[in-house]
Amino acid sequence: MPNADSRELALRMGDNCLILAQRLGAWCGHAPALEEDIALANTALDLIGQTRLWLGLAGEMEGGKSADDLAFQRDARAFRNCLLVEQPNGDYAHTLVRQFLFDAWHAPMLTGLMKSADPRVAEIAAKSIKEVDYHLERSTDLVIRLGDGSEESHARMQSALDDFYPFAGELLTPDAVDEALAEAGLALDLQSVRSAWRSHVAATLQEATLTAPVDAPVRKGGKQGLHSEALGYVLAELQWMQRAYPGAEW
Amino acid sequence: MSNEWPLWEVFIRGQHGLSHRHVGSLHAPDAEMAIKNARDVYTRRNEGVSIWVVKASDIAASSPEEKGPLFEPSNSKVYRHPTFYDIPDEVGHM
Repeated sequence: MPNADSRELALRMGDNCLILAQRLGAWCGHAPALEEDIALANTALDLIGQTRLWLGLAGEMEGGKSADDLAFQRDARAFRNCLLVEQPNGDYAHTLVRQFLFDAWHAPMLTGLMKSADPRVAEIAAKSIKEVDYHLERSTDLVIRLGDGSEESHARMQSALDDFYPFAGELLTPDAVDEALAEAGLALDLQSVRSAWRSHVAATLQEATLTAPVDAPVRKGGKQGLHSEALGYVLAELQWMQRAYPGAEW
Repeated sequence: MSNEWPLWEVFIRGQHGLSHRHVGSLHAPDAEMAIKNARDVYTRRNEGVSIWVVKASDIAASSPEEKGPLFEPSNSKVYRHPTFYDIPDEVGHM
């Protein structure tokens, strides 16, 4: 049933953007420098814009639900974001490494989706890729600067990488939905995303003098709705107002 | 931390082929990051097509005390302004 798979794709793309944006938003007013604060908020806003498009599409396939309905009225089990994006912000190194590992997947993923057999998917991907290319350029640059920076910045980046690297595998490992989508030409084969991700991440880490953990177990489940406890707290903050005052507008 | 970063002056050229204009300043460790930061701080609303950044310390400026000798001699010399003829519309920005 291709439409169910398409909807799943739109939910996964949209939920990744939504949850990461919500995480990044928590830095607003707290980042280590004013310029970083603004840059992170910009990234978050880009991702919220993309969320509107993806969840708008998923809602349309679900019979006229809006992006807001899907963002504010689903429980954790119905969210399809990967575990990586829901992980806590930690220190700035953790936030940057999480962003970098995500961007390095997001860019080749969108590039591939621009060729989707579903023109609505291809259109959203084409609109998003310009923003995401910049996110990747920026997070790559910061990973190199801080990895190959002071003793302290290096140690913090390495520890963030050790913590978050195991979560990246989920984005790159196809499940039955990914395989069905690739077969129908609706999405690309995740193997090609994996090789683009690997070569970009390996080159960046080498320049950053950081070392990826070897044989790290892959932490996964988010794509199927099996989340870490972290997501509950994210959703509580994101959804409480619409839950307490359904349909409230201002 | 940002106190350790030098100050950069940011100049942006708008959409219409006008010259770069000073829009403000920001802190950054080097020129490359200054341009990235300028992009994030000053061009969110599609303001520009080109960014220049200059280290604030590299700008030589006239001092306010010299205002008199520098600028007053040109006061009340209206004939120095090219206002006594009409500029054809086709010329565009002058």
